[in-house]
Amino acid sequence: MNAYSVHDARWGSPRVWFVAALVMAVAPWVFGSGLAITMLSQMGIAIIACLSYNMLLGQGGMLSFGHAVYTGLGAFVAIHALNNWSAAALPLPVSLVPLVGGVAGMGFAALFGYVTTRKSGTTFAMITLGLAELVFAMSLMVPEFFGGEGGVTGNRVVGTPVFGISFGPAIQVYYLIALYTLASVVLMYAFTQTPLGRLLNAVRDNPERVEFVGYNPHRVRYSAFIIAGFFAGISGGLGALNFEIVNAEVVGAARSGGYLLFTFLGGATFFFGPIVGAILMVLAFVLLSELTKAWLLYLGAVFMLMVMYAPGGIASLVMRNLQLARHGLLRPMLGAYSLLGLAFGLCALGVSALIEMVYHRQLNAAMGTQLRFLGGAVDTASPLHWCTLGAALLLAAAFFEWARKRFAIQWDAAQQSIEQARLQHAGEAP
Amino acid sequence: MLNGLSYGLLLFMLSSGLTLIFSMMGVLNFAHASFYMLGAYIGYTLSGVLGFWPALVLAPLLTGALGALFERYCLRRVHPFGHVPELLITFGLTYVVLEVVQLLWGRIAVDFAPPPALQGPAFTLVNHSLEGLRWVWGAVPLTLCSAADASLRIVCSPFPATRGFMMLVALAMLLSLWLLLTRTRIGLVIQAALTHPDAVQALGHNVPRVFMLVFGAGAALAGLAGVIGGSTFLTEPAMAATVGSIVFVVVVVGGLGSLSGAFIASLLIGVVQTFAVALDYSVGSVLAAWGLGLSPAWQASSLGHLTIAQVAPILPYLLLVLILIFRPRGLLGTRDA
Amino acid sequence: MSLPAPVPALELRGLRKSFGKTEIIRGVDLQVQAGERVAIIGPNGAGKSTLFNLISGRFAPSSGDVLLHGQSLLGKKPFEINRLGLSRSFQITNIFPKLSVFENLRCSVLWSLGYGYTFLRFLADLSDANAQAAGLMERIGLAHKRDVLAMDLTYAEQRALEVGITIGGGADVVLLDEPTAGMSASETTRFVALIREATQGKTLLTVEHDMGVVFGLADKIAVLVYGEVIAFDSPEAVRADPRVQEAYLGSAVADAQVTGQGH
Repeated sequence: MNAYSVHDARWGSPRVWFVAALVMAVAPWVFGSGLAITMLSQMGIAIIACLSYNMLLGQGGMLSFGHAVYTGLGAFVAIHALNNWSAAALPLPVSLVPLVGGVAGMGFAALFGYVTTRKSGTTFAMITLGLAELVFAMSLMVPEFFGGEGGVTGNRVVGTPVFGISFGPAIQVYYLIALYTLASVVLMYAFTQTPLGRLLNAVRDNPERVEFVGYNPHRVRYSAFIIAGFFAGISGGLGALNFEIVNAEVVGAARSGGYLLFTFLGGATFFFGPIVGAILMVLAFVLLSELTKAWLLYLGAVFMLMVMYAPGGIASLVMRNLQLARHGLLRPMLGAYSLLGLAFGLCALGVSALIEMVYHRQLNAAMGTQLRFLGGAVDTASPLHWCTLGAALLLAAAFFEWARKRFAIQWDAAQQSIEQARLQHAGEAP
Repeated sequence: MLNGLSYGLLLFMLSSGLTLIFSMMGVLNFAHASFYMLGAYIGYTLSGVLGFWPALVLAPLLTGALGALFERYCLRRVHPFGHVPELLITFGLTYVVLEVVQLLWGRIAVDFAPPPALQGPAFTLVNHSLEGLRWVWGAVPLTLCSAADASLRIVCSPFPATRGFMMLVALAMLLSLWLLLTRTRIGLVIQAALTHPDAVQALGHNVPRVFMLVFGAGAALAGLAGVIGGSTFLTEPAMAATVGSIVFVVVVVGGLGSLSGAFIASLLIGVVQTFAVALDYSVGSVLAAWGLGLSPAWQASSLGHLTIAQVAPILPYLLLVLILIFRPRGLLGTRDA
Repeated sequence: MSLPAPVPALELRGLRKSFGKTEIIRGVDLQVQAGERVAIIGPNGAGKSTLFNLISGRFAPSSGDVLLHGQSLLGKKPFEINRLGLSRSFQITNIFPKLSVFENLRCSVLWSLGYGYTFLRFLADLSDANAQAAGLMERIGLAHKRDVLAMDLTYAEQRALEVGITIGGGADVVLLDEPTAGMSASETTRFVALIREATQGKTLLTVEHDMGVVFGLADKIAVLVYGEVIAFDSPEAVRADPRVQEAYLGSAVADAQVTGQGH
């Protein structure tokens, strides 16, 4: 199943965009707090970044380890532009700063992209890795551009406010970001419905065949790379406006890794997958990291499980279940699902309890041996607690294995009946 | 110079394992440096309990076992999906290993001290301005290193025994690898797989088991490098990241699938990095010496003022990018990446 | 006054190819006129696929030249060769697995209709491309599977799709590499009819093992043995040629005659 191939959609479904716009407009009022607005703003920025990343990964089959180079350089150029504009008192509106970032991202993509996109696969990944390390290492060497250790700061409240909008309050920046996000998402979706977009998919599937229908795969990849760089730069520019500071971390390996991780987690094979991934990314970075010190461990483990069992990401899981629902097979599965969910939840609880206990001993030993876990107190010094937890975890694991086997049988049966229905339908030949 | 060589040999220990894994299985093991780190930490714990020398043997074995387990339960599942998912799962592994190491051993460096036999210098080079270069085994008393007369200059360069040991182990490993590959049957199979993996499979060798063994062996080699590197340098959570990307550069520059290429590239990069860090000339002056004068604005800017030492960190990556542009096969590569 | 000789659609001049020390193609000279249908036959390992790879630009020849309508193809990349009017199919099915049948065919017509690398138009608005792709679908008999992903088709359907992609760009010189490989007898018969219809008026070069197919499709047969063409003539002449019979045909010819699949 592939959301790209079935209907020729042009700009996409107006209903979907309308609902999205509505959600984005209303969200700050629903969630209210300052933290929520910050997170929503970051989500918008991340959505653009992850979608642009997926233009390379999911649509083009290019695994990049250095996408943050383009978002980050776009951010740097944007903040320099902002500073220069305010210094020179140019009458250009602050709201266009992200476009400057976009152009910068595009320019750098054009500069680095020709050589990067000559091959795809492992060579491409290695070049992006090397370039990313190169740019990051250079960030300490050119303080005029990269601002040295402290980074470059800017002030977005410059010039005369238009219609009273000065972009001082966070809520105003949020709506600017929301506008850019909606526009970018629609544009990137439209791209998938153009000849270049489709050829990009073809290059992903079979670059040699693309040559034999008259197209140069290198040029297809290069063009897509530049377009992805444009949107990456917009994301960086919005980030520069939002945080009013840009430092070397924005071109760092951690950020590139984050784009890869979450775009893949969200689902690289469907258009909306990276949107899910971007939202999760912000939730993880902001909320999960507060909840537990072990969040990177959980993230890495979930990622590995996804690669092994659901390489299409969350989006593919959603779509497969929707497919089940369409064939009326979802309801019978709900029983198996809830058992599986329960077992998984118990296992997860056990594992995270143990991990939290170890972390507690490591990092918070000064705070005594008691750990508050989900409302209950656990004594990390007591061997009894450890053993009971360990035993509980083993039981939960056994339960999970049993539930998983039951689920797998039912799932396979459901898939088979769908397959048969499809064959019957396709087999109706003239 | 010797420091550069020893660092280069350490890089070779790591890159040889990576090359083996890539050649046999087509998997570029992103987590190779993580096994390096694991080896160091496991070696640290074991040496605290059993002593350094038993740890030197056991830690790589344990690391290798962990690698084999990973291959059996994770990598193998992902193998039918293609090379990109394989790369991705090793990428995820780096996160997991890093966090588990921090979980079990903490976030600050641990003191992994070399055994008493290896502490101190193996030999010292005494450079006397009048009497020339002298080689002295062991340490040299300080009195001999300072001249009473201001007109004399005596420079003592002690060479740490740990580094010497590292070079020894690396060379021993190189030798045994060479012997294994050229003299034994399994070695011939691996050699064949380095250039023609499909043919080897078609010949009916138990491919999954061989994969597991090779991955485990690669991880064990990394673990061995970890024990030695960790005791010579620092053992800290960041060690995987610092050495990891350089190892990739080595493997790609040397040529994917070529052990001798990896050897040359490791030494090259090791020496270049060590030398560059010691050079204090500014980039501007170097370019001027080569006849490429920079305009005054450039000279005055921070770019022109950069010393080679400051530029040193990017040199390997610059080399990587240049090689990938002009010679994607690497120096001695037999296969395209 | 005599007319000058027509420029052959495809000409191979002194073509040689070595891989390391092994010379696979050892000097092939061949002239195929426009509209001719040539089958290349020969024992396994004779170098037929290598020859195709040389013509289509996948490999560079060690020496010699390939001329398309008199223009040298030396040094040209496959996509450049394709744009000059030569197209090929592959022995191992080479399609776009994750695109639908319709999308596969549409991709094959885009360049010839001049759409280039544009991202400023929607595929849905390219009426000529969509019409051509639909027409192709009908001709190869896959219209009922318009939205099925290529990887979900049966083997014979994938081979049909491959032929469709090959002719989609309107190339006038078509190379088909073992198009009926792996097909049953009935599938083969239908497929041969499809090929005949699809390549009407074009210059066809095909590698085939199935003698029935060869005799049914080809105007001329080239026999490739150990990298050299030992015969290039009409099917009857080739069938009668003692060198060919000794090198290759043998009982295969007799079988074809017995089952009545011959010319």
